[in-house]
Amino acid sequence: MLEYPRWKYILVAAVLLLGLLFALPNVFGEDPALQVARKDHSALTADAEQSVESFLKTHGVHFERSYVDQGRLMVRFASVPDQLAARDAVNGNDDFKNTYITAVSFAPRTPEFLRTLGLKPMPLGLDLRGGLYLLYQVDVNSAVSQALEGYATDARRALTTASIPFKDVTVGAGGQAGTVRIQLTAGADVGAARSALSQPLQGLALLTGNEAAGPVVEATMTSAQIRERQDYAIQQNITTLRNRVNELGVSEPIVQRQGIDRINVQLPGVQNSAEVKDILGRVATLEFRLEDMQNSAIEAAQLGRAPLGSKLYTHTRMGRPILLKREVIATGDQLTNATTGQSQEGPAVNVRLDARAGENMLRTTRANLNKRMAVVLIEKRPETVEIDGKKVTREVTDEEVINDATIRGVFSNNFQITGLAAGEARELALLLRSGSLATVIYVVEERAVGPSLGRDNIDKGVTALAVGMAGVFLFMALYYQVFGVVADLVLLANVVLLTALLSMMHQVLSLPGIAGILLTVGMAVDANVLIYERIREEIRKGVSPQAAIRAGFDKAFSAIADSNITTLIAGVVLWVLGSGPIRGFAVVLTLGIATSMFTSLMGSRALLTLMYGGRRKLTHLAIG
Amino acid sequence: MEFFSHQTSYPFMATRKVWYTLSAVLMIVSLGSFFLRGVNLAIDFTGGVSAEASFPGAANVDAVRARLAAAGFHEPSVQNFGSSRDIAIRLPPDPKQTASGIRTQLETALRGIDPGAQVLQLEVVGPQVGSELKVSAAWALFFTLLGIFLYIAFRFHTWRLSLGAILAVLHDPILVLGFFSLTQMSFDLAVVAAILAVIGYSLNDTVVVFDRIRERFEGNRRSPPDVVLDQSINQTLSRTIMTKVVTSIVVVALLFLGGPVLKGFSAALLIGIVAGTYSSIYISSAIALDCGLTAEHLFPTVKKAAIDHLP
Repeated sequence: MLEYPRWKYILVAAVLLLGLLFALPNVFGEDPALQVARKDHSALTADAEQSVESFLKTHGVHFERSYVDQGRLMVRFASVPDQLAARDAVNGNDDFKNTYITAVSFAPRTPEFLRTLGLKPMPLGLDLRGGLYLLYQVDVNSAVSQALEGYATDARRALTTASIPFKDVTVGAGGQAGTVRIQLTAGADVGAARSALSQPLQGLALLTGNEAAGPVVEATMTSAQIRERQDYAIQQNITTLRNRVNELGVSEPIVQRQGIDRINVQLPGVQNSAEVKDILGRVATLEFRLEDMQNSAIEAAQLGRAPLGSKLYTHTRMGRPILLKREVIATGDQLTNATTGQSQEGPAVNVRLDARAGENMLRTTRANLNKRMAVVLIEKRPETVEIDGKKVTREVTDEEVINDATIRGVFSNNFQITGLAAGEARELALLLRSGSLATVIYVVEERAVGPSLGRDNIDKGVTALAVGMAGVFLFMALYYQVFGVVADLVLLANVVLLTALLSMMHQVLSLPGIAGILLTVGMAVDANVLIYERIREEIRKGVSPQAAIRAGFDKAFSAIADSNITTLIAGVVLWVLGSGPIRGFAVVLTLGIATSMFTSLMGSRALLTLMYGGRRKLTHLAIG
Repeated sequence: MEFFSHQTSYPFMATRKVWYTLSAVLMIVSLGSFFLRGVNLAIDFTGGVSAEASFPGAANVDAVRARLAAAGFHEPSVQNFGSSRDIAIRLPPDPKQTASGIRTQLETALRGIDPGAQVLQLEVVGPQVGSELKVSAAWALFFTLLGIFLYIAFRFHTWRLSLGAILAVLHDPILVLGFFSLTQMSFDLAVVAAILAVIGYSLNDTVVVFDRIRERFEGNRRSPPDVVLDQSINQTLSRTIMTKVVTSIVVVALLFLGGPVLKGFSAALLIGIVAGTYSSIYISSAIALDCGLTAEHLFPTVKKAAIDHLP
């Protein structure tokens, strides 16, 4: 008699059922869809869903169904013409265009009950659906030197205020990165200088020395501070890029950090790389300025010129022209953080500036209580124009006033901007945080895959998968007969479990990933072969069929474990060190080893015991 | 169905000089070619531009090359790819060129030949990224080998088996490198991934054979080592061949149906699997034997351990 503990049967059945459930969303395919999101990034409500639906209905566009997913509305269509008709209808309506951003995409045809469970199919990689991959390098060193320049300016001001004579304040002098070097005049009081500098250079390590030219104070950023500053620059750039990618209306974009100073951007379905890179790579900054309340902006706009000491901005978010004073109170690179918060008057944005800007802000607000202050977003972008038949690239500057508000109190480096709606506050915080792409970024790697090539790749991958699996299944069934069919079922279960795991992890499926799945099938056979060959050997020795099955599993175990571990080592190394599709392959390979161990050791034993365990007069095993 | 209807008894150990010679020749050719010719590194490692374009009719490769050179592209390499209508273009890294301009320039140049030409795929890799990938690929290789060496040292208690396994493991990626060097097939990141997978996978067989050697020595400690080794290999031969045939089925499917993207990857896997099977049958155990492997090396402390457990 051959027995197998009941709990193991239950475990195998439970894992298989769960696996089927998680793998299920992958079989439904995709429909053309339109993704609708609010421009102010606030979540879409059921009301909005209603209004979008009725809008499409009144425009005679047929859609299958719509649902809200992660604050965005997905409208599914039966055909691509319907989808494009919907997009044109939506883009043709100004009201709609001002409130929503739309993107043409594909939505999984997953049934409602699976979606409500949070189950989704594996997203397809760019190589399978077409799109643009960009790898940006962030100039983190310039972020650090910007911070140092700030410190240097503060140091100069502090020394001047304290009347301590100094020759020079330099940044990164003497080949030392992360250092501000203050050369005092001979005979200057070093102690006084130190105490004067302790406030503006707070947190920096101060070293004093004496040189021929006079005493020297060196302030060094610690490596932790440098790293923090670099991380901040990357984080800020990621937020900026994400914000801009959203503005592009790309569905399911990926913007993530890669390594120390890189950001990778993946834009499915995007083809025109020049335009995208132009928008994403724009350098932008912010300025805080006082509003000119003495003169009328309307009048200035009509005249087309601003009064002395002021500047006219016609491009504003408020929809009216505005006059701002020429003096800049603070700029975007002095902004250290901006978050949404609450005030008595409703939603607000909490702004933090660095010490230098804070001081300036303190002076300005003290003198200008109850006057208005505005935030200007300045974008610089390269533009190629033709002059006299020659292509010339020049830098174009766009300036836009994104917010203006009354100064209600005296504040310095920590203040609130109030009087905003909830969506507005979130957007302003985002813009403040992300609007300033102070650090230069440049593309170091670019990969674009056309949609037809993507289609082609997925077709080839699926064909290879189908043919390869069919070949293996057929071969196993011929070679091991009934046992071969059992092995085939086990392999199938392995693919289901692997798909389930990958879907649970939202692992992006790429062509190497498909290759990994197929390779897993090829390699998972090994465990079955080891067991079956052992069973055959036992039968040759004259052992009874049931004892042969038991011995086959028991004796093959160490070989199976051993042989899988070696592949596992390679898989884990690739997982850790690889990136992009190679990592995808490694993930599939590694998880595939785990699932194949489970299915061939437990699943196959459960099935064989079920088939042969209870038979009393078993004399022969159909193992070929 | 069975490949070997009866237990085989091939004299692997007696003929090992032949296999050593064969392996040595293959190694020398592979390494020689690798050091003399190198491998055809893809832009993943060198940096540069790689593009695929499709023409409505048959593409004139020479015309494309001339047109690209005229458009200011330095040393363009143009080849037919897949079909007569599709071409693959490769350009060396050019620090003066901005990535954004390349696509437009390429499209303009190609449409000058045929207005229906389309750029299907474009990859631009900066030289810096390329050299970083080279470094990380080298690290991946290093860590995989290190991991496997440690595993072997831990798993096989005698250096004789470890050495056999290590030489067999090194044997396979060298042959793959040699193949890529001789054919000058494009050597990209996916090929590195395939080589790492091969290193892990080809050790499978060696481990299974060694497992059997241990088992057989345990049963008959007095048998001569070469007989035991031969028996072990022969007893696992059916499994070794069977597994590799099945894995080869899927790899061949990938090679012929998976499209050009997976070509290098599946070729590397196929060569690696064949080499791995060969090395674990003919090389790894033979080396252990020549190092003087006996039952004593595998079970030196059995008796002592038994005594230790007495009260």
